[in-house]
Amino acid sequence: MAARPVRRATAAILTGVTALTAAACANPDGAGNGAGGPRDSAVVGIAAEPDTLSPLLGYGKDGNSKIFDGLLALDAGMRLRPALATALPTVSADGLTYTYTLRKGVTFSDGTPFTARDVVFTYRAVLDPKTNNPSRSELDALKDVRATGDDTVVFTLKYPYAPFARRTVLAIAPEHIAGKQDVNSGPFTTRPIGTGPYILTGWTRGEKLTFRANPHYWGGAPAVEKFTMAVVKDDDVRATRLRAGDLDAAILPPNLAAGFRADKTRKAHTATTFDYRTVTLPSRNRVAGDVAVRRALDLAVDRQTMVDKILEGAGKPAYGPVPTDSPWFAKGTERRHDLAGARKILDEAGWKPGPDGVRVKNGVRAAFPLWYLSGDKLRQDHALAYASDAKKAGIEIATQAGTWEVIEPRMKTDAVLAGGGAPGDPDFDQYLLLKSELAGDGFNNMASYASPAVDRALEDGRRTSDPARRRAAYDTVQRELVKNPGYTFLTHVAHVYVVADRWTTAAGRLTTQVEPHEHGLGSGPWWNVEDWTPKQ
Amino acid sequence: MARMAARRALAAVPVLLGVTLAVFAVAAASPFDPVKAYAGTAGLTASQENLDQLRANLGADRPWYTRWWEWLGHALRGDLGDSGVMRQPVADVVAERIGWSALLAGTAFLVAILLGTLLGVLAARRRGGLLDRAVSSLAYTLEAAPAFWLGLLAVWFFALELGALPPGGLTDTAGDTVTAGQVATHLVLPALVLGLSQLPWFFLYVRQGVGDALDEDPVRGARARGLAERTVLTGHALRSGMLPMLTLVGSRIPELITGALLVETVFSWPGIAAATVQAAVSADFPLLAALTVLATAAVLLGNLLSDLLYGLADPRVGFDG
Repeated sequence: MAARPVRRATAAILTGVTALTAAACANPDGAGNGAGGPRDSAVVGIAAEPDTLSPLLGYGKDGNSKIFDGLLALDAGMRLRPALATALPTVSADGLTYTYTLRKGVTFSDGTPFTARDVVFTYRAVLDPKTNNPSRSELDALKDVRATGDDTVVFTLKYPYAPFARRTVLAIAPEHIAGKQDVNSGPFTTRPIGTGPYILTGWTRGEKLTFRANPHYWGGAPAVEKFTMAVVKDDDVRATRLRAGDLDAAILPPNLAAGFRADKTRKAHTATTFDYRTVTLPSRNRVAGDVAVRRALDLAVDRQTMVDKILEGAGKPAYGPVPTDSPWFAKGTERRHDLAGARKILDEAGWKPGPDGVRVKNGVRAAFPLWYLSGDKLRQDHALAYASDAKKAGIEIATQAGTWEVIEPRMKTDAVLAGGGAPGDPDFDQYLLLKSELAGDGFNNMASYASPAVDRALEDGRRTSDPARRRAAYDTVQRELVKNPGYTFLTHVAHVYVVADRWTTAAGRLTTQVEPHEHGLGSGPWWNVEDWTPKQ
Repeated sequence: MARMAARRALAAVPVLLGVTLAVFAVAAASPFDPVKAYAGTAGLTASQENLDQLRANLGADRPWYTRWWEWLGHALRGDLGDSGVMRQPVADVVAERIGWSALLAGTAFLVAILLGTLLGVLAARRRGGLLDRAVSSLAYTLEAAPAFWLGLLAVWFFALELGALPPGGLTDTAGDTVTAGQVATHLVLPALVLGLSQLPWFFLYVRQGVGDALDEDPVRGARARGLAERTVLTGHALRSGMLPMLTLVGSRIPELITGALLVETVFSWPGIAAATVQAAVSADFPLLAALTVLATAAVLLGNLLSDLLYGLADPRVGFDG
């Protein structure tokens, strides 16, 4: 008898649970299915989220932020085009003064007009040492910026710096908001207001960023009304949520993207990149610092196999930071996979095979450690393949995993599997990687590479704006790298995206830009989501 | 009772001070570099000058005990400082997240206590019965299962295989408003997982307590007097059988906090846990210190609460004042 109330309670609870579960089942997926979701809203899956949304702290420095605009912007072909400026800047004959005329009638999304004061404020705030902007060194050439009227801004440089205009894609912040609070931790860093095509409506860290179209955007109101970026760190989870229709698009590793090949409702997009993987060969290491060893490694490594096996074809062999399909690439500097040639170089340099197969010269074994970032599968695979290729030439490379905290104190003497890549100008990567003065400066020139010819060419390349002289300078750099490779460049990694086939652009289909190493929020086929229109 | 609470509060002060001091010392000794964590990938191309400036701005160049002393001074005046890694005042980080964590932990706790008590009483009534054997062995298995593993299992089964519940987040991916209905459906899995991971302790304590009580003389006496089974169970057995569980309520809180940490991570629940992990690996002193104080305070309060409840439920125990 007495058991009944208990039983009744159990039943009640079970009913409750069932009801709750049923309610959950009935709750429709907001995004609907892959091909059938609302056309004026897009949900994309990204792997990493920004630390901040404030341009003053580094967000949007490479342009193409959805919330902000820069003075200039880059198009699909990475050519500069005017954005908040009406035209490309006029540059003085000595290359030290850049003058921009600003677009009239632009307002921030809170309705306040955009003026030259906002531009001056933004650049001065970034240059201010009290601002915690880790990318400040990119504006190293800039001496001063001032407004000479409501719609004219003049930049003065410390030294002639040819690629400077490409730095002015930096997102512009509103002075009337960001200037009135702590630039390092004020509400603006998480709830930004800009002139861009989208307005941020929410940001739950680790979960998603949501945007709605800016109806008063100076470039015309975007057709995709709602735009969501879901932060999904795990590759498999991202692929699963894409398949389930929870996401309309996502970045995926090539092997997972291959699973969508047969899917007619989705399209894969492969973006070419400047995203290189390289092995630093520190000059201070007695083995890796030897030019003969460096040249031998450069020939012994089988880049095409790395592209085929590790990247599943989504990438290209790399011979330097400049990708082979870039107009800046010096034709003829490709290195053939040539194991016999590598052995010959080592033999001639006096590195003789020892009893265990590892070469020896003057009592020094041809062996050094190679570090890679733990948890990064791609770098691990590259490191292992590199070590195995080197072994065939008689060089023993011990691969070791570690965090940057472990690697950093060792990187002056040990090799590191590094990655990087900034498209836009050949100066961006090459100067930081190869300039001898930057040896050991933070993570710049990790290999402590030093070559007077390269140093001269790098200076030439940034100080002249004459295209022919610039080309000659970067050709020199790349040819010198063949003679003395301070790094073994392995691959340029292509970025693969899968997108529901529901949108189109004026170009006829979705496109991608040439992408950097780092995935900004604006990378991927949605780099110009403001130009997307639903397919009929 | 009030005296006991006051005395405990007084004793909590040195504990909290010690804990924050230890947090600063351990974070400073850890290999994690706050400047590198702050700069992220941009730090890989930043100049040394830029990084040094950042170090000075973040105050990371000063010894940890100086920073602790300053932090303490500011904290006592109500200023918890700015979180480097979140680029926000610490108070904002905590305020934005603590509600969601409390909702999750509270629901889970409720699930564990209610379900644990219910099943415990049922199992105690027929010890050795089918229900008892089934639930008991399940409880021992659950006791050994880590919360994050249960979480992954739940995501796989309910979200991926059945597609019945959302795999993570606070609201639907496409939505940009937080509605009660969405939060409720998104809460089911994480709360159930966290609750289930706590269930075995409550279940086993209640089963044992009620079972023992049912064998005691007062209960047999009550039965002999012809009282209804229901009165015997709730009035006699449950009341004394529940006593050990009250202690458990307080002592489970640390486990609940660590469990929530893992469950929040698995389900991308925007609570305080993700912030804790980030604060720790970034050596973000102000945020880490505030979160540790919160966790310690929760544990101390939990212990106080369970002692108070015990005192109330059983007057023989009394209050230690």
